[in-house]
Formats: sequence, C-alpha cells, structure tokens
Amino acid sequence: MGMPSFPEAAREAVGDTTLRANLRHATHTIRDKRARAVAELDDWAALREAGKRIKDDTLRHLDTYLVRLEAAVTAAGGTVHWAADAAEANRIVTALVRATGETEVVKVKSMATQEIGLNEHLEAEGIAAYETDLAELIVQLGEDRPSHILVPAIHRNRAEIRDIFAEKMGSWGRPAPDGLSDTPAELAEAARLHLREKFLRAKVGISGANFMVAETGTLVVVESEGNGRMCLTLPETLISVVGIEKVVPSWRDLEVFLQTLPRSSTAERMNPYTSMWTGTTDEDGPSAFHLVLLDNGRTDALADEVGRQALRCIRCSACLNVCPVYERAGGHAYGSVYPGPIGAILTPQLRGTSSEIDASLPYASSLCGACYEVCPVAIDIPEVLVHLRERVAEEGGKGHRLEKAAIKAASWVLDRPNTLAAVERLASATRKVHPKRLPGPGARQWSDHRDLPELPAEPFRDWWRKNRP
Amino acid sequence: MTDAVSARERILARVRAAVANAPEAAAVARDYRTSHTADDPAAVLGLLHENLADYRAHVHRTAPDGLAALVAERLAERGARSVAVPPGLPDAWLAATDAVRRPDEPRLSPYALDGIDAVVTGCALAIAETGTIVLDGGPGQGRRALTLVPDLHVCVVLAPEQVVASVPLALPRLDPGRPLTWISGPSATSDIELDRVEGVHGPRTLEVILVTGG
Repeated sequence: MGMPSFPEAAREAVGDTTLRANLRHATHTIRDKRARAVAELDDWAALREAGKRIKDDTLRHLDTYLVRLEAAVTAAGGTVHWAADAAEANRIVTALVRATGETEVVKVKSMATQEIGLNEHLEAEGIAAYETDLAELIVQLGEDRPSHILVPAIHRNRAEIRDIFAEKMGSWGRPAPDGLSDTPAELAEAARLHLREKFLRAKVGISGANFMVAETGTLVVVESEGNGRMCLTLPETLISVVGIEKVVPSWRDLEVFLQTLPRSSTAERMNPYTSMWTGTTDEDGPSAFHLVLLDNGRTDALADEVGRQALRCIRCSACLNVCPVYERAGGHAYGSVYPGPIGAILTPQLRGTSSEIDASLPYASSLCGACYEVCPVAIDIPEVLVHLRERVAEEGGKGHRLEKAAIKAASWVLDRPNTLAAVERLASATRKVHPKRLPGPGARQWSDHRDLPELPAEPFRDWWRKNRP
Repeated sequence: MTDAVSARERILARVRAAVANAPEAAAVARDYRTSHTADDPAAVLGLLHENLADYRAHVHRTAPDGLAALVAERLAERGARSVAVPPGLPDAWLAATDAVRRPDEPRLSPYALDGIDAVVTGCALAIAETGTIVLDGGPGQGRRALTLVPDLHVCVVLAPEQVVASVPLALPRLDPGRPLTWISGPSATSDIELDRVEGVHGPRTLEVILVTGG
C-alpha cells in the first residue's frame, strides 16, 4: 500500500479549513442528537451489556453459528459461498454476475464490498457497479474516497455536493435538473431521479448485511433512503457479501441490536427502513439469492485475545462522531474504509501492521476513551489501541525505537523503588530551574501548544510518610 | 466447486484454531426492559401516534365506519388518481375512492408500478416506542415492491390488536420466514451534513390511518 502514514495524512487534512469546518459541523450535530436518543432508554446500560455478551458468545462459537446459518439459508432457497480473502470474494461475485448475462449491477452501501474493492474489480471485468446510497453516489461521482462509515461523504458540504451532481450526473445517466440549488431536499430529489431508471431496469443487486440470524437464516439490512429496499427487492438476483462476524445466534437477539444500532448511528429511535429476508420467497423479490461469507483477516483478529473484541462492532460509527482526532483529521487520513477509532483497531488487525499506514494507526488516538463510552457493544477501543501499540513496538518498526528505549529506562527506574524516590526528590528540589518548554524536535513541537505540568514541592510518597495518620 | 469447499473448510478451521483456548463467554443476561411503556392500550396508541408523526408520517384516526371515506380523502388530497391494490385488501377500504384500481394480479412490472400514484395496504403490526410499521407480505399488504415504488403509501393499522409497545414485544409476533419490511416514517437521508431530509427513494409521503373501536 502506498498510503502515507496517519500523522503525515492528518497533517495535510488539518490544514484544510473547509474539511475541518464540514467535519466539525456534522460530528457535533450528530453527537448531541445521539445523546438525546440514548437518554430515552433508561435501560441503555443493560442493552449495551447484552449486546456485548451476545457478540462475545457469537465469536466464541463462530464455527457453530456459521454452519447453522449456512444450513438455514440453504434450506430457505439461498446459496452460500465462502471466501477466505478479497480476491476469492471478488472472483465469486464476478462469476455470479457473469452467469446472469448482465453487465451492470445496483449496489446498496456495504462496508464489506468496499473493503474488498469489489467495484474496481467488477469494472476491470467489464461490469458497471452503481452505488445507490446518496453519500456513496456523491463519493462515486466525485471519484473520491469514503471518509465515514455511515456517511461516506461527510467531508463534503452541500455546495460541493451540488457542484458534483451538476457536473457529473450526466455522464453516468440522467443529468441533474437545470438550476439545481444546494438545499438538501433538492439534492435528494436529484439523486432520486438519477437513480430511479437504474433501479427499474436492474437485474442484479449487491448488498452487505447488518445482521445474519443463524437460527433462521434471516439477513437484515438497516437503511434510511429506500435504495436498500430497491436493491434487495426489484432485481432478479441478489448477492450479499457479508463478514463472518455479522452473524448473531438467535432471532430474539435482534431485539437488542434493533434498539441500540439506530440510536447510536443516526440518533433515531428507528431508521426509516429495515429489510429482513430469509432465502427466497415465491412471487416476492429476487428469485435467486447468494450469500458470500467473507473472512479476509477476520480470523486473524479473532485469534488475538485482546483484539478480538473489535469484531463485536456493528458499524454504527458513534465512535467516529465523538472522536477528537477524527473530528480534526477526517476519515481519509486513516487510509482504510474503516476510519476513526474503530478503524484504528480494526484495520491493523485485518491487514496486519507491516505497512507504514497500518503501523501508525494504533497511534491515531489520544486514548481519551470517548469512543469506549459511546460504543453500543462496549468495545474497549483504548485497551486494544495500547495492545496494538505494543505489537507494533515489538515488531520494532521505524520511529518506535526511541519509545522503546524510553519505556525500557522507565521500567528500570520503576522496578527500583529507591532509585525512583531519589529521582522524584531530585526533580522536586530542582523545580525552579525546570524549563517551560521541552527541548528536541518532537518534544518542542508538543510543548509549543501546551504548558508542562508543574511538579509538586515534594514527592507524594514523602508527603504520605509525613502526613498519614 | 472444490475451491469453494476448501475455502469453507479453511475458514472454519481458522475459526476453531482462533478460539480454541478462549474462555467461555459470559451468559447473556436479558435484564433490559421488555417495554418502556405502561401496559395501557390508549397510552401505547398515543405513543405510536406521536412517534410516527415525529418522523413525518401523517397520522389520522377513525372508527371502522369512517375508514373508506378517510382513505378516499387522503388519496384525493395527495392528488392520487391511481392506486395499487395488494391481494387480499378488503374491498370496503377502497369503496369510497374514485382512483383507478391497479390490482397486483398478475404482478405489475417495476415500470408499471412507477406509473402508479399510490398504494393502500394493511400491516402485520406497529411498534409504538419506535414509531414503526411492519409489513410481512400477508393479505392486504402485498409483495415488497408494491409499497416501495409508488410515491404515496397509505397504511391502515388496526388498534389495539396490531399495536405493540416495543421492539422486544414485536419480534415474537413476526415470522422470520416471511420477507419483512419495517417502516419508520417516509424515506429519509442524513447524508448531507448529517441533517435529516425526508424523501429519497421510497415513498415520500406516508399516511397512517389508526382504526380504533373495531
């Protein structure tokens, strides 16, 4: 991957004032709304704990639930395929589309298909894939990259969206209406008109899924616009590409996630549309249904006893919206389809930490813990970040040698109480001569914007010895 | 298909190896609420009304004998001259409208549906706490495309029998074997600056009629 490391990409993003204003506006709007939607449920803590445990049980017995799911989907008329990595998944989907004789597909927003680069692969194979989610459409028409899990075009404001629609819609199909303004309602109307012709003629739809119920073989897609319903209902063939961790054991488990997901993601009591389907149904919707179960690094994450909790994620994006680092750096800096705090722990586990960007992601955080607090399945993101930092440091990449040396020195001192006491006393006694700023290139930059904390007149342990009762 | 078989075995083997030494997960405690609302049909119906309206559905109430007139009024008000009719919809519901009836038997093509102004349906149930209507393709509801392509959806909810308070009370009453569509207000998007705008691909107008005293 030729991606720049997070600090490098973030430096550029932070300098972009339009981007910063767009992100600040959007994340603050949703932050307050989410807090209100969550406060409506006085049993939120219990729902969060239940969601966490359901996912932990799922992961602990993932093999059992996947086999159960496969049997249920097959019994209901669907076909299940297994893909160990992105290349395999892309090959399977391409062959399935080819078999229909079609050269275009409509797509409902799916993180899994972005992760495997399905659109690019299909294009290379001569198959046009049309994104139908409004934000995905903005990204696709603007030849841009997604920057948020829920709202991939969060980095764009209404004026930029208007310009993209006016300029690009014509070359993909129905052009934007003349004199298109930048009011959100008019922009949504333009998308409705542009995509309708594609929905009506579509023969193949491609989706992901928010949940797969092992017990019943039911897939669930949660959405707002109705583009999901169009893709899931009108085509003759439906192909769903879903990560293996998206399974939940029982039908009843949905009662937890259908309460926590909408409130955490769009801050609604319920999103406008949720579709649930089990295999195929005569005379209603697609007559052929294919489910492609995707590993692509998930079993690597599953093997890590600290890191595996990242697989509980239900992709609500609440952690992005509260993150001070995401708010300033934006999604692109993370160099992955999974940005923000969850991306910082998911991407390095799915892809490994051999590239510069992936090795830098666990450091893309101030460890403030806001992400953990809002997570509806209680993923302790700071814990996993620290764990992954250890892993990166162990691997001894560039830039981590100094840190390792510092930690080594610190642990030597901390392991020797007498030395520690002496160092503390020395530090207190020399308070008057402490600099206000740190020397050295990295440290000086840090203290340019912050004051160093003042040391107390005597070490706590000395004070305690004198003052304890 | 040997490749597919081996991918399946490879993935399952990797899963088993990954969790082989993992501790058993804590038992799921379902100590969250079954409902957040008092067990009083009038209060539950009031909450449904309020939450549907909060997400920009237009909500009306009538006794059974006023239903046909109200359906006709809602269609006329929105300028609907044609209406898709799902199999099993009670004739009486459309008795007062002069909109052209377009039965879905045989199945209307997507293009034909696109040329129809409205659809009138019943529902499987409605959930008060979230302002949600659930369709399951049963009699009077039709297949999923029927309530998706026309721009106006008039949905009839029979209270109190079709109204539940909460999501946990809704799921046991639904059959996962049927295709289910949960609808909470008209089509909407938050994709432009995370601000909610109603009206994208699904019906832009949702009229809900709560029938009481049946």
